[in-house]
Amino acid sequence: MSGSDRPVIDGPLDGTPVGPYTRVQAPAERRRLTVAGMDELGAYHVLRLADPDGPEPQPGQFSMLAAAERWGGGEDERPHVPRAFSVARWQEGEAHYLLEDVGPGTHRLCQLRAGDEVWALGPLGRGFTPPEEGRRAILVGGGVGIAPLAILQDRLMRHDGAYSTVVLLGFRDGAHAQGGSLLSGAQMATDDGMVGHHGLVTDLLARELDEDSSAIVYACGPAPMLEATRSMCAERDVPARLALESGMACGFGACFGCVVPTKDGYVRVCVDGPVIDAQRLEHVDAHAGAPA
Amino acid sequence: MSVAFCGLELAHPVINASGTFDLLAADTAFGESLRAEFPFAAFVSKTITLEPRQGNPPPRLWEAPAGLVNSIGLPNKGLEGYLAEDLPMLTELLATMGTNPPRPLITNVMGSTAAEIAQLLSACEERPEIAAVELNVSCPNVKTGLDIGADPAQLQAVVREVRPSLSKPLIVKLTPNTADVAACAAAAEAGGADAVSLINTLRALALSGSGRGDQAGLRTGTPWLGGATGGLSGPSIRPVALAQVAAAARRVSIPVVGMGGVQSAKHARDLLDVGATLVAVGTESFRDPNAGRRIARGLGEGST
Repeated sequence: MSGSDRPVIDGPLDGTPVGPYTRVQAPAERRRLTVAGMDELGAYHVLRLADPDGPEPQPGQFSMLAAAERWGGGEDERPHVPRAFSVARWQEGEAHYLLEDVGPGTHRLCQLRAGDEVWALGPLGRGFTPPEEGRRAILVGGGVGIAPLAILQDRLMRHDGAYSTVVLLGFRDGAHAQGGSLLSGAQMATDDGMVGHHGLVTDLLARELDEDSSAIVYACGPAPMLEATRSMCAERDVPARLALESGMACGFGACFGCVVPTKDGYVRVCVDGPVIDAQRLEHVDAHAGAPA
Repeated sequence: MSVAFCGLELAHPVINASGTFDLLAADTAFGESLRAEFPFAAFVSKTITLEPRQGNPPPRLWEAPAGLVNSIGLPNKGLEGYLAEDLPMLTELLATMGTNPPRPLITNVMGSTAAEIAQLLSACEERPEIAAVELNVSCPNVKTGLDIGADPAQLQAVVREVRPSLSKPLIVKLTPNTADVAACAAAAEAGGADAVSLINTLRALALSGSGRGDQAGLRTGTPWLGGATGGLSGPSIRPVALAQVAAAARRVSIPVVGMGGVQSAKHARDLLDVGATLVAVGTESFRDPNAGRRIARGLGEGST
Protein backbone atom coordinates (compact mmCIF):
# COMPACT_ATOMS: atom_id res chain seq x y z
CA MET A 1 0.00 0.00 0.00
CA SER A 2 1.38 3.40 -0.93
CA GLY A 3 1.49 6.29 1.46
CA SER A 4 -1.07 8.26 -0.48
CA ASP A 5 -3.99 5.82 -0.14
CA ARG A 6 -3.36 4.97 3.47
CA PRO A 7 -6.34 6.12 5.54
CA VAL A 8 -5.10 8.75 7.94
CA ILE A 9 -7.37 10.41 10.43
CA ASP A 10 -6.43 13.73 11.85
CA GLY A 11 -8.02 15.12 14.97
CA PRO A 12 -10.34 18.10 14.59
CA LEU A 13 -8.99 21.48 15.66
CA ASP A 14 -12.28 22.46 17.26
CA GLY A 15 -11.03 22.80 20.81
CA THR A 16 -13.27 20.03 22.13
CA PRO A 17 -12.28 19.41 25.75
CA VAL A 18 -10.03 16.39 26.04
CA GLY A 19 -10.86 13.69 28.55
CA PRO A 20 -8.40 12.34 31.04
CA TYR A 21 -5.17 10.68 29.98
CA THR A 22 -4.34 9.70 33.54
CA ARG A 23 -5.81 6.98 35.73
CA VAL A 24 -9.36 7.76 36.77
CA GLN A 25 -10.31 6.39 40.18
CA ALA A 26 -13.52 4.43 40.58
CA PRO A 27 -16.14 4.69 43.31
CA ALA A 28 -15.18 1.99 45.87
CA GLU A 29 -18.29 -0.08 45.32
CA ARG A 30 -20.04 -1.82 42.51
CA ARG A 31 -22.89 0.22 41.06
CA ARG A 32 -26.19 -1.08 39.72
CA LEU A 33 -26.58 0.28 36.19
CA THR A 34 -29.32 -0.14 33.62
CA VAL A 35 -28.74 -1.56 30.17
CA ALA A 36 -29.58 1.16 27.64
CA GLY A 37 -29.28 -1.24 24.75
CA MET A 38 -27.61 -4.28 23.25
CA ASP A 39 -26.56 -3.97 19.63
CA GLU A 40 -25.42 -6.78 17.38
CA LEU A 41 -22.20 -6.14 15.53
CA GLY A 42 -21.42 -9.16 13.39
CA ALA A 43 -20.14 -11.88 15.71
CA TYR A 44 -20.06 -9.42 18.61
CA HIS A 45 -22.49 -7.57 20.83
CA VAL A 46 -22.15 -4.00 22.00
CA LEU A 47 -23.51 -3.60 25.52
CA ARG A 48 -24.54 -0.02 26.24
CA LEU A 49 -24.84 0.83 29.92
CA ALA A 50 -26.49 4.02 31.08
CA ASP A 51 -23.98 5.62 33.43
CA PRO A 52 -24.90 9.30 33.71
CA ASP A 53 -23.09 9.73 37.04
CA GLY A 54 -20.01 7.64 36.35
CA PRO A 55 -16.58 9.19 35.85
CA GLU A 56 -15.31 9.40 32.27
CA PRO A 57 -12.60 6.77 31.95
CA GLN A 58 -9.08 7.12 30.64
CA PRO A 59 -8.86 5.24 27.32
CA GLY A 60 -7.71 1.68 28.09
CA GLN A 61 -9.40 1.49 31.49
CA PHE A 62 -11.87 -1.31 32.14
CA SER A 63 -14.85 -2.25 34.28
CA MET A 64 -15.82 -5.42 36.11
CA LEU A 65 -19.31 -6.39 34.96
CA ALA A 66 -21.83 -8.93 36.21
CA ALA A 67 -25.52 -9.36 35.45
CA ALA A 68 -27.51 -8.23 38.48
CA GLU A 69 -29.87 -11.21 38.08
CA ARG A 70 -28.95 -14.83 37.34
CA TRP A 71 -25.20 -14.42 37.65
CA GLY A 72 -24.46 -18.07 38.37
CA GLY A 73 -26.33 -21.19 37.52
CA GLY A 74 -25.04 -21.32 33.94
CA GLU A 75 -22.63 -23.80 32.44
CA ASP A 76 -20.74 -25.59 35.27
CA GLU A 77 -22.86 -23.52 37.69
CA ARG A 78 -20.82 -20.50 36.67
CA PRO A 79 -20.24 -17.54 36.50
CA HIS A 80 -19.39 -16.37 40.00
CA VAL A 81 -16.92 -13.50 39.77
CA PRO A 82 -17.52 -10.51 37.50
CA ARG A 83 -15.82 -10.21 34.12
CA ALA A 84 -13.38 -7.53 33.00
CA PHE A 85 -14.20 -5.48 29.87
CA SER A 86 -12.39 -2.52 28.40
CA VAL A 87 -14.55 0.52 27.96
CA ALA A 88 -14.98 0.71 24.19
CA ARG A 89 -16.76 4.03 24.02
CA TRP A 90 -17.95 6.74 26.37
CA GLN A 91 -20.61 9.09 25.05
CA GLU A 92 -23.69 10.89 26.23
CA GLY A 93 -23.88 9.21 29.60
CA GLU A 94 -23.37 5.72 28.21
CA ALA A 95 -20.45 3.34 28.54
CA HIS A 96 -20.13 0.85 25.69
CA TYR A 97 -18.52 -2.59 25.98
CA LEU A 98 -17.72 -5.07 23.22
CA LEU A 99 -18.79 -8.61 24.09
CA GLU A 100 -18.13 -11.97 22.49
CA ASP A 101 -19.96 -15.05 23.79
CA VAL A 102 -17.04 -17.34 24.65
CA GLY A 103 -17.89 -18.65 28.12
CA PRO A 104 -20.56 -18.67 30.82
CA GLY A 105 -19.92 -15.09 31.93
CA THR A 106 -19.89 -13.51 28.49
CA HIS A 107 -22.83 -15.75 27.52
CA ARG A 108 -24.97 -14.40 30.33
CA LEU A 109 -24.00 -10.80 29.60
CA CYS A 110 -24.85 -11.27 25.91
CA GLN A 111 -28.40 -12.25 26.94
CA LEU A 112 -29.04 -8.84 28.52
CA ARG A 113 -31.52 -6.48 26.94
CA ALA A 114 -32.50 -2.85 27.44
CA GLY A 115 -33.89 -2.33 30.94
CA ASP A 116 -31.95 -5.22 32.51
CA GLU A 117 -29.47 -4.35 35.22
CA VAL A 118 -25.75 -4.87 35.62
CA TRP A 119 -23.34 -4.57 38.53
CA ALA A 120 -20.42 -2.46 37.36
CA LEU A 121 -17.19 -1.57 39.13
CA GLY A 122 -14.96 0.92 37.41
CA PRO A 123 -13.21 2.55 35.70
CA LEU A 124 -10.21 0.50 36.77
CA GLY A 125 -6.58 0.11 35.84
CA ARG A 126 -3.99 2.13 34.03
CA GLY A 127 -4.91 3.15 30.49
CA PHE A 128 -3.25 4.70 27.47
CA THR A 129 -1.21 7.87 27.56
CA PRO A 130 -1.17 10.15 24.48
CA PRO A 131 1.50 9.97 21.76
CA GLU A 132 4.65 11.99 22.22
CA GLU A 133 4.86 15.13 20.06
CA GLY A 134 5.35 14.35 16.41
CA ARG A 135 4.72 10.61 16.58
CA ARG A 136 2.01 9.00 14.49
CA ALA A 137 -0.29 6.77 16.51
CA ILE A 138 -0.74 3.31 15.01
CA LEU A 139 -3.62 1.44 16.59
CA VAL A 140 -3.34 -2.33 16.20
CA GLY A 141 -6.30 -4.44 17.28
CA GLY A 142 -7.25 -8.08 17.07
CA GLY A 143 -10.70 -9.56 17.65
CA VAL A 144 -12.57 -8.37 20.71
CA GLY A 145 -9.35 -6.59 21.70
CA ILE A 146 -10.23 -3.71 19.39
CA ALA A 147 -12.48 -2.33 22.17
CA PRO A 148 -10.03 -0.05 24.02
CA LEU A 149 -8.67 1.25 20.72
CA ALA A 150 -12.10 2.65 19.83
CA ILE A 151 -12.23 4.96 22.86
CA LEU A 152 -8.57 5.80 22.27
CA GLN A 153 -9.34 6.80 18.70
CA ASP A 154 -12.30 8.89 19.92
CA ARG A 155 -10.00 10.65 22.35
CA LEU A 156 -7.22 11.22 19.84
CA MET A 157 -9.74 12.67 17.39
CA ARG A 158 -11.15 14.99 20.04
CA HIS A 159 -7.72 16.26 20.85
CA ASP A 160 -6.99 19.71 19.52
CA GLY A 161 -3.38 18.68 18.97
CA ALA A 162 -4.44 16.90 15.74
CA TYR A 163 -2.84 13.52 16.19
CA SER A 164 -2.22 11.58 13.02
CA THR A 165 -3.72 8.14 13.50
CA VAL A 166 -3.60 4.86 11.57
CA VAL A 167 -5.92 1.99 12.49
CA LEU A 168 -5.08 -1.64 11.68
CA LEU A 169 -7.53 -4.36 12.73
CA GLY A 170 -7.42 -8.12 12.39
CA PHE A 171 -10.24 -10.66 12.68
CA ARG A 172 -10.69 -14.35 12.05
CA ASP A 173 -13.47 -14.02 9.45
CA GLY A 174 -16.03 -11.75 7.86
CA ALA A 175 -18.59 -11.98 10.65
CA HIS A 176 -16.03 -10.91 13.22
CA ALA A 177 -14.63 -8.25 10.89
CA GLN A 178 -17.93 -6.39 11.20
CA GLY A 179 -16.62 -5.39 14.63
CA GLY A 180 -14.18 -3.17 12.79
CA SER A 181 -16.94 -0.61 12.26
CA LEU A 182 -16.42 0.33 15.91
CA LEU A 183 -13.46 2.38 14.69
CA SER A 184 -13.29 4.65 11.68
CA GLY A 185 -10.96 4.39 8.71
CA ALA A 186 -9.54 1.01 9.64
CA GLN A 187 -7.37 -1.11 7.37
CA MET A 188 -8.51 -4.68 7.84
CA ALA A 189 -6.97 -8.12 7.80
CA THR A 190 -8.77 -11.45 8.14
CA ASP A 191 -7.50 -14.96 8.62
CA ASP A 192 -9.84 -16.25 5.89
CA GLY A 193 -9.33 -13.32 3.52
CA MET A 194 -13.02 -12.39 3.46
CA VAL A 195 -12.27 -8.77 4.34
CA GLY A 196 -9.13 -6.78 3.59
CA HIS A 197 -5.68 -8.32 3.69
CA HIS A 198 -5.67 -12.13 3.72
CA GLY A 199 -3.35 -12.69 6.64
CA LEU A 200 -2.30 -11.16 9.90
CA VAL A 201 -2.83 -7.63 11.10
CA THR A 202 0.83 -7.57 12.03
CA ASP A 203 1.62 -7.88 8.30
CA LEU A 204 -0.06 -4.50 7.93
CA LEU A 205 1.88 -3.16 10.88
CA ALA A 206 5.18 -4.23 9.32
CA ARG A 207 4.31 -2.32 6.14
CA GLU A 208 3.44 0.79 8.12
CA LEU A 209 6.65 0.69 10.08
CA ASP A 210 8.68 0.02 6.93
CA GLU A 211 7.33 3.25 5.50
CA ASP A 212 7.71 5.38 8.57
CA SER A 213 9.03 4.17 11.88
CA SER A 214 8.53 7.48 13.72
CA ALA A 215 5.35 6.16 15.25
CA ILE A 216 3.98 4.90 18.52
CA VAL A 217 2.00 1.68 18.55
CA TYR A 218 -1.07 1.05 20.68
CA ALA A 219 -2.15 -2.58 20.60
CA CYS A 220 -4.72 -4.88 22.11
CA GLY A 221 -5.65 -8.38 21.02
CA PRO A 222 -4.79 -12.03 21.42
CA ALA A 223 -1.43 -12.90 22.98
CA PRO A 224 0.23 -14.07 19.72
CA MET A 225 -0.72 -10.78 18.03
CA LEU A 226 0.61 -8.77 20.96
CA GLU A 227 3.82 -10.79 21.04
CA ALA A 228 4.36 -10.26 17.29
CA THR A 229 3.69 -6.55 17.79
CA ARG A 230 6.02 -6.36 20.76
CA SER A 231 8.93 -8.07 19.01
CA MET A 232 8.45 -6.08 15.79
CA CYS A 233 8.47 -2.80 17.72
CA ALA A 234 11.44 -3.86 19.83
CA GLU A 235 13.47 -4.69 16.71
CA ARG A 236 12.70 -1.30 15.18
CA ASP A 237 12.97 0.69 18.37
CA VAL A 238 9.36 1.84 18.10
CA PRO A 239 7.59 2.56 21.40
CA ALA A 240 4.57 0.36 21.99
CA ARG A 241 1.86 0.30 24.62
CA LEU A 242 0.06 -2.98 24.97
CA ALA A 243 -3.30 -3.51 26.64
CA LEU A 244 -3.08 -6.99 28.17
CA GLU A 245 -5.76 -9.43 29.16
CA SER A 246 -5.64 -11.91 32.00
CA GLY A 247 -8.07 -13.87 34.13
CA MET A 248 -9.25 -11.62 36.96
CA ALA A 249 -11.46 -12.10 39.97
CA CYS A 250 -11.53 -8.56 41.39
CA GLY A 251 -10.04 -5.93 39.07
CA PHE A 252 -8.56 -3.79 41.88
CA GLY A 253 -5.45 -5.62 43.03
CA ALA A 254 -7.01 -7.69 45.78
CA CYS A 255 -6.79 -11.26 44.48
CA PHE A 256 -3.33 -11.30 42.83
CA GLY A 257 -4.78 -13.68 40.25
CA CYS A 258 -4.09 -11.75 37.04
CA VAL A 259 -0.31 -11.49 37.09
CA VAL A 260 1.85 -11.54 33.98
CA PRO A 261 5.63 -11.89 33.94
CA THR A 262 7.70 -8.75 33.23
CA LYS A 263 11.39 -7.99 33.36
CA ASP A 264 10.78 -6.88 36.97
CA GLY A 265 8.84 -9.98 37.97
CA TYR A 266 5.10 -10.55 38.07
CA VAL A 267 2.80 -7.54 37.89
CA ARG A 268 -0.95 -7.42 38.28
CA VAL A 269 -2.67 -6.59 35.00
CA CYS A 270 -5.55 -4.95 36.88
CA VAL A 271 -3.58 -2.30 38.79
CA ASP A 272 -0.19 -2.12 37.04
CA GLY A 273 -1.94 -2.49 33.66
CA PRO A 274 -3.87 -3.37 31.64
CA VAL A 275 -1.78 -1.01 29.50
CA ILE A 276 1.88 -1.85 29.89
CA ASP A 277 4.87 -0.37 28.10
CA ALA A 278 6.15 -3.10 25.78
CA GLN A 279 9.70 -2.45 26.95
CA ARG A 280 8.79 -3.89 30.33
CA LEU A 281 8.01 -7.27 28.78
CA GLU A 282 10.38 -10.03 27.69
CA HIS A 283 7.46 -11.57 25.85
CA VAL A 284 3.69 -11.60 25.97
CA ASP A 285 2.63 -14.73 27.81
CA ALA A 286 0.27 -16.87 25.77
CA HIS A 287 -1.18 -18.46 28.88
CA ALA A 288 -2.89 -15.61 30.70
CA GLY A 289 -6.31 -17.28 30.53
CA ALA A 290 -9.44 -15.47 31.62
CA PRO A 291 -12.61 -16.75 33.28
CA ALA A 292 -14.76 -16.07 30.22
CA MET B 1 -22.41 -2.71 67.15
CA SER B 2 -18.91 -2.17 68.61
CA VAL B 3 -17.16 -5.31 69.73
CA ALA B 4 -14.21 -6.15 71.98
CA PHE B 5 -11.72 -8.58 70.52
CA CYS B 6 -8.52 -9.57 72.34
CA GLY B 7 -8.34 -6.16 74.00
CA LEU B 8 -9.03 -4.29 70.75
CA GLU B 9 -12.15 -2.16 70.37
CA LEU B 10 -13.67 -2.60 66.94
CA ALA B 11 -16.48 -0.48 65.51
CA HIS B 12 -18.25 -3.57 64.17
CA PRO B 13 -17.52 -7.30 63.85
CA VAL B 14 -16.53 -7.41 60.16
CA ILE B 15 -12.90 -7.59 59.05
CA ASN B 16 -11.21 -8.78 55.87
CA ALA B 17 -9.80 -12.25 55.36
CA SER B 18 -6.03 -12.16 54.93
CA GLY B 19 -4.92 -11.98 51.32
CA THR B 20 -8.26 -10.83 49.92
CA PHE B 21 -7.87 -7.07 50.14
CA ASP B 22 -4.72 -5.16 49.23
CA LEU B 23 -5.22 -1.80 50.89
CA LEU B 24 -2.43 -0.11 48.95
CA ALA B 25 -3.69 -1.29 45.56
CA ALA B 26 -7.29 -0.47 46.52
CA ASP B 27 -6.20 3.04 47.45
CA THR B 28 -4.67 3.41 44.00
CA ALA B 29 -7.88 2.20 42.37
CA PHE B 30 -10.41 4.05 44.54
CA GLY B 31 -8.63 6.76 46.54
CA GLU B 32 -10.78 9.00 48.68
CA SER B 33 -13.93 7.00 47.99
CA LEU B 34 -12.40 4.03 49.82
CA ARG B 35 -10.93 6.03 52.70
CA ALA B 36 -14.23 7.77 53.40
CA GLU B 37 -16.11 4.49 53.83
CA PHE B 38 -13.58 1.77 54.55
CA PRO B 39 -15.50 -1.51 54.77
CA PHE B 40 -13.62 -3.25 57.58
CA ALA B 41 -13.34 -2.61 61.33
CA ALA B 42 -9.72 -3.76 61.30
CA PHE B 43 -7.36 -4.42 58.43
CA VAL B 44 -5.58 -7.77 58.07
CA SER B 45 -2.49 -7.78 55.86
CA LYS B 46 -1.72 -10.48 53.36
CA THR B 47 0.70 -13.16 54.55
CA ILE B 48 4.24 -11.93 55.17
CA THR B 49 7.14 -14.39 55.05
CA LEU B 50 10.77 -13.90 56.10
CA GLU B 51 12.04 -13.85 52.52
CA PRO B 52 10.38 -12.16 49.53
CA ARG B 53 8.19 -14.41 47.39
CA GLN B 54 7.19 -13.95 43.73
CA GLY B 55 4.17 -16.19 44.12
CA ASN B 56 3.11 -19.02 41.84
CA PRO B 57 3.30 -18.96 38.05
CA PRO B 58 0.03 -18.12 36.29
CA PRO B 59 -2.64 -19.14 35.71
CA ARG B 60 -3.61 -18.55 39.32
CA LEU B 61 -7.41 -18.58 39.16
CA TRP B 62 -10.10 -21.09 38.29
CA GLU B 63 -13.77 -20.29 38.56
CA ALA B 64 -15.66 -23.07 40.33
CA PRO B 65 -19.38 -23.59 40.92
CA ALA B 66 -20.25 -20.72 43.28
CA GLY B 67 -16.65 -20.04 44.08
CA LEU B 68 -13.08 -19.73 43.04
CA VAL B 69 -9.98 -21.91 43.20
CA ASN B 70 -6.83 -19.87 43.64
CA SER B 71 -3.18 -20.72 43.64
CA ILE B 72 -1.54 -17.38 44.35
CA GLY B 73 1.45 -18.60 46.32
CA LEU B 74 1.67 -15.83 48.92
CA PRO B 75 3.58 -13.19 46.94
CA ASN B 76 5.04 -10.61 49.31
CA LYS B 77 8.07 -8.37 49.77
CA GLY B 78 9.40 -10.37 52.69
CA LEU B 79 9.55 -9.19 56.29
CA GLU B 80 12.15 -6.49 55.70
CA GLY B 81 10.33 -5.02 52.70
CA TYR B 82 7.00 -5.13 54.51
CA LEU B 83 8.30 -3.37 57.60
CA ALA B 84 10.27 -0.76 55.65
CA GLU B 85 7.84 0.01 52.81
CA ASP B 86 4.32 -1.32 53.25
CA LEU B 87 3.77 -0.96 56.99
CA PRO B 88 4.37 2.83 57.06
CA MET B 89 2.05 3.29 54.07
CA LEU B 90 -0.64 1.07 55.55
CA THR B 91 -0.43 2.90 58.86
CA GLU B 92 -0.68 6.27 57.18
CA LEU B 93 -3.68 5.16 55.13
CA LEU B 94 -5.51 3.79 58.14
CA ALA B 95 -4.84 7.10 59.91
CA THR B 96 -6.56 9.05 57.11
CA MET B 97 -9.83 7.15 57.35
CA GLY B 98 -11.50 9.43 59.84
CA THR B 99 -11.65 7.16 62.88
CA ASN B 100 -9.84 7.97 66.09
CA PRO B 101 -8.05 5.85 67.06
CA PRO B 102 -7.39 4.44 63.58
CA ARG B 103 -8.64 0.97 62.72
CA PRO B 104 -6.26 -1.67 64.09
CA LEU B 105 -3.74 -3.24 61.74
CA ILE B 106 -3.35 -6.99 62.03
CA THR B 107 -0.30 -8.46 60.32
CA ASN B 108 -0.52 -12.00 59.00
CA VAL B 109 2.72 -14.00 58.99
CA MET B 110 3.84 -17.48 57.99
CA GLY B 111 7.01 -19.46 58.63
CA SER B 112 8.02 -23.03 58.01
CA THR B 113 9.76 -23.58 61.37
CA ALA B 114 9.15 -22.36 64.91
CA ALA B 115 12.41 -20.40 64.71
CA GLU B 116 11.24 -18.58 61.56
CA ILE B 117 7.86 -17.82 63.11
CA ALA B 118 9.50 -16.54 66.30
CA GLN B 119 11.63 -14.19 64.21
CA LEU B 120 8.54 -12.87 62.43
CA LEU B 121 6.67 -12.37 65.71
CA SER B 122 9.63 -10.61 67.33
CA ALA B 123 9.78 -8.16 64.44
CA CYS B 124 6.05 -7.47 64.78
CA GLU B 125 6.45 -7.05 68.54
CA GLU B 126 8.83 -4.14 67.96
CA ARG B 127 6.48 -2.17 65.73
CA PRO B 128 3.78 -0.28 67.61
CA GLU B 129 1.76 0.19 64.40
CA ILE B 130 0.91 -3.52 64.50
CA ALA B 131 -2.00 -4.18 66.86
CA ALA B 132 -2.08 -7.97 66.60
CA VAL B 133 -0.59 -10.82 64.61
CA GLU B 134 -2.38 -13.57 62.74
CA LEU B 135 -0.29 -16.71 62.24
CA ASN B 136 -0.95 -18.65 59.05
CA VAL B 137 -0.25 -22.29 59.86
CA SER B 138 -1.18 -23.63 56.42
CA CYS B 139 2.50 -24.03 55.70
CA PRO B 140 4.27 -27.35 55.25
CA ASN B 141 6.71 -28.30 57.96
CA VAL B 142 10.07 -28.47 56.17
CA LYS B 143 10.87 -31.78 57.84
CA THR B 144 7.57 -33.64 57.76
CA GLY B 145 5.92 -32.00 54.73
CA LEU B 146 2.68 -31.83 56.72
CA ASP B 147 1.02 -28.50 57.25
CA ILE B 148 2.03 -27.20 60.66
CA GLY B 149 -1.60 -26.53 61.44
CA ALA B 150 -2.92 -29.91 60.31
CA ASP B 151 -1.65 -31.88 63.30
CA PRO B 152 -2.82 -30.78 66.76
CA ALA B 153 0.31 -31.94 68.62
CA GLN B 154 2.64 -30.23 66.21
CA LEU B 155 0.51 -27.08 66.19
CA GLN B 156 0.42 -26.87 69.98
CA ALA B 157 4.21 -27.30 70.18
CA VAL B 158 4.88 -24.60 67.61
CA VAL B 159 2.47 -22.07 69.12
CA ARG B 160 3.91 -22.73 72.58
CA GLU B 161 7.45 -22.24 71.31
CA VAL B 162 6.76 -18.94 69.51
CA ARG B 163 4.29 -17.45 71.99
CA PRO B 164 6.95 -15.75 74.18
CA SER B 165 8.09 -13.69 71.16
CA LEU B 166 4.87 -11.69 71.07
CA SER B 167 3.04 -9.89 73.85
CA LYS B 168 0.37 -8.59 71.45
CA PRO B 169 -2.69 -10.66 70.61
CA LEU B 170 -1.83 -13.78 68.62
CA ILE B 171 -4.51 -15.17 66.32
CA VAL B 172 -3.91 -18.60 64.83
CA LYS B 173 -5.43 -18.98 61.35
CA LEU B 174 -6.35 -22.64 61.22
CA THR B 175 -6.34 -24.86 58.16
CA PRO B 176 -9.54 -26.69 57.27
CA ASN B 177 -7.52 -29.42 55.56
CA THR B 178 -7.28 -31.56 58.65
CA ALA B 179 -9.14 -34.45 60.27
CA ASP B 180 -10.34 -32.57 63.34
CA VAL B 181 -10.36 -28.80 63.20
CA ALA B 182 -11.77 -28.50 66.73
CA ALA B 183 -8.78 -30.42 68.07
CA CYS B 184 -6.50 -28.01 66.19
CA ALA B 185 -8.35 -25.03 67.69
CA ALA B 186 -7.94 -26.54 71.15
CA ALA B 187 -4.24 -27.15 70.44
CA ALA B 188 -3.76 -23.50 69.42
CA GLU B 189 -5.47 -22.40 72.63
CA ALA B 190 -3.36 -24.74 74.73
CA GLY B 191 -0.24 -23.41 73.01
CA GLY B 192 -1.15 -19.89 74.06
CA ALA B 193 -3.14 -18.40 71.16
CA ASP B 194 -5.42 -15.48 72.06
CA ALA B 195 -7.85 -16.30 69.25
CA VAL B 196 -8.32 -18.63 66.31
CA SER B 197 -9.56 -17.76 62.83
CA LEU B 198 -11.09 -20.15 60.33
CA ILE B 199 -11.65 -21.39 57.73
CA ASN B 200 -8.80 -21.00 55.28
CA THR B 201 -9.40 -22.27 51.73
CA LEU B 202 -10.15 -25.93 51.06
CA ARG B 203 -7.49 -27.73 49.04
CA ALA B 204 -8.76 -28.14 45.50
CA LEU B 205 -7.68 -29.18 42.02
CA ALA B 206 -8.80 -27.94 38.62
CA LEU B 207 -7.89 -29.67 35.38
CA SER B 208 -7.17 -28.18 32.00
CA GLY B 209 -9.89 -28.81 29.47
CA SER B 210 -12.92 -29.08 31.74
CA GLY B 211 -14.64 -25.87 30.73
CA ARG B 212 -15.49 -23.51 27.90
CA GLY B 213 -13.71 -20.32 27.01
CA ASP B 214 -10.31 -19.71 28.49
CA GLN B 215 -10.81 -22.48 31.01
CA ALA B 216 -10.89 -24.91 28.09
CA GLY B 217 -7.93 -26.76 26.70
CA LEU B 218 -6.78 -30.21 25.75
CA ARG B 219 -8.04 -32.95 28.00
CA THR B 220 -4.75 -34.04 29.53
CA GLY B 221 -5.50 -34.78 33.16
CA THR B 222 -2.99 -32.10 34.04
CA PRO B 223 -3.58 -29.24 36.50
CA TRP B 224 -4.83 -25.93 35.17
CA LEU B 225 -3.26 -23.83 37.89
CA GLY B 226 0.41 -22.92 37.69
CA GLY B 227 0.82 -24.01 41.29
CA ALA B 228 -0.92 -27.36 40.60
CA THR B 229 -3.38 -27.48 43.52
CA GLY B 230 -5.15 -24.45 44.91
CA GLY B 231 -7.63 -23.39 47.54
CA LEU B 232 -11.39 -23.23 47.11
CA SER B 233 -13.23 -20.20 48.48
CA GLY B 234 -16.57 -18.48 48.01
CA PRO B 235 -20.16 -19.42 48.80
CA SER B 236 -19.58 -23.07 47.89
CA ILE B 237 -17.58 -23.51 51.12
CA ARG B 238 -20.05 -21.70 53.39
CA PRO B 239 -21.71 -24.78 54.93
CA VAL B 240 -18.28 -26.30 55.60
CA ALA B 241 -17.17 -23.07 57.26
CA LEU B 242 -20.28 -22.99 59.41
CA ALA B 243 -19.66 -26.55 60.61
CA GLN B 244 -15.98 -25.94 61.35
CA VAL B 245 -16.52 -22.59 63.07
CA ALA B 246 -19.26 -24.13 65.21
CA ALA B 247 -17.03 -27.08 66.14
CA ALA B 248 -14.08 -24.85 67.00
CA ALA B 249 -16.18 -22.39 69.00
CA ARG B 250 -17.68 -25.21 71.06
CA ARG B 251 -14.22 -26.50 71.94
CA VAL B 252 -12.32 -23.32 72.91
CA SER B 253 -12.91 -20.42 75.26
CA ILE B 254 -10.82 -17.91 73.28
CA PRO B 255 -12.51 -15.76 70.60
CA VAL B 256 -13.12 -17.19 67.15
CA VAL B 257 -12.96 -15.29 63.86
CA GLY B 258 -15.31 -17.02 61.46
CA MET B 259 -15.08 -16.87 57.70
CA GLY B 260 -15.89 -18.82 54.57
CA GLY B 261 -18.27 -17.78 51.81
CA VAL B 262 -19.88 -14.89 53.67
CA GLN B 263 -21.86 -12.76 51.21
CA SER B 264 -24.54 -11.16 53.35
CA ALA B 265 -25.40 -10.07 56.87
CA LYS B 266 -27.40 -13.28 57.24
CA HIS B 267 -24.32 -15.39 56.52
CA ALA B 268 -22.31 -13.32 58.98
CA ARG B 269 -25.06 -13.65 61.57
CA ASP B 270 -25.00 -17.44 61.16
CA LEU B 271 -21.30 -17.52 62.04
CA LEU B 272 -21.86 -15.22 65.04
CA ASP B 273 -24.76 -17.41 66.14
CA VAL B 274 -22.54 -20.51 66.30
CA GLY B 275 -19.96 -18.71 68.43
CA ALA B 276 -17.78 -16.46 66.29
CA THR B 277 -16.82 -13.07 67.75
CA LEU B 278 -15.78 -11.56 64.45
CA VAL B 279 -16.57 -12.41 60.85
CA ALA B 280 -14.16 -12.02 57.95
CA VAL B 281 -15.14 -11.37 54.34
CA GLY B 282 -12.90 -12.63 51.54
CA THR B 283 -14.02 -13.72 48.10
CA GLU B 284 -17.16 -11.56 48.21
CA SER B 285 -14.91 -8.49 48.32
CA PHE B 286 -13.63 -9.54 44.89
CA ARG B 287 -17.18 -9.16 43.59
CA ASP B 288 -17.79 -5.93 45.44
CA PRO B 289 -15.06 -4.04 47.32
CA ASN B 290 -17.78 -2.57 49.53
CA ALA B 291 -19.14 -5.98 50.58
CA GLY B 292 -17.72 -5.71 54.11
CA ARG B 293 -19.47 -2.42 54.72
CA ARG B 294 -22.75 -3.69 53.32
CA ILE B 295 -22.56 -6.74 55.61
CA ALA B 296 -21.57 -4.72 58.68
CA ARG B 297 -24.41 -2.31 58.05
CA GLY B 298 -26.84 -5.21 57.68
CA LEU B 299 -25.69 -6.69 60.97
CA GLY B 300 -26.15 -3.34 62.69
CA GLU B 301 -29.67 -3.00 61.36
CA GLY B 302 -30.50 -6.58 62.22
CA SER B 303 -31.40 -7.17 58.58
CA THR B 304 -30.24 -9.87 56.27
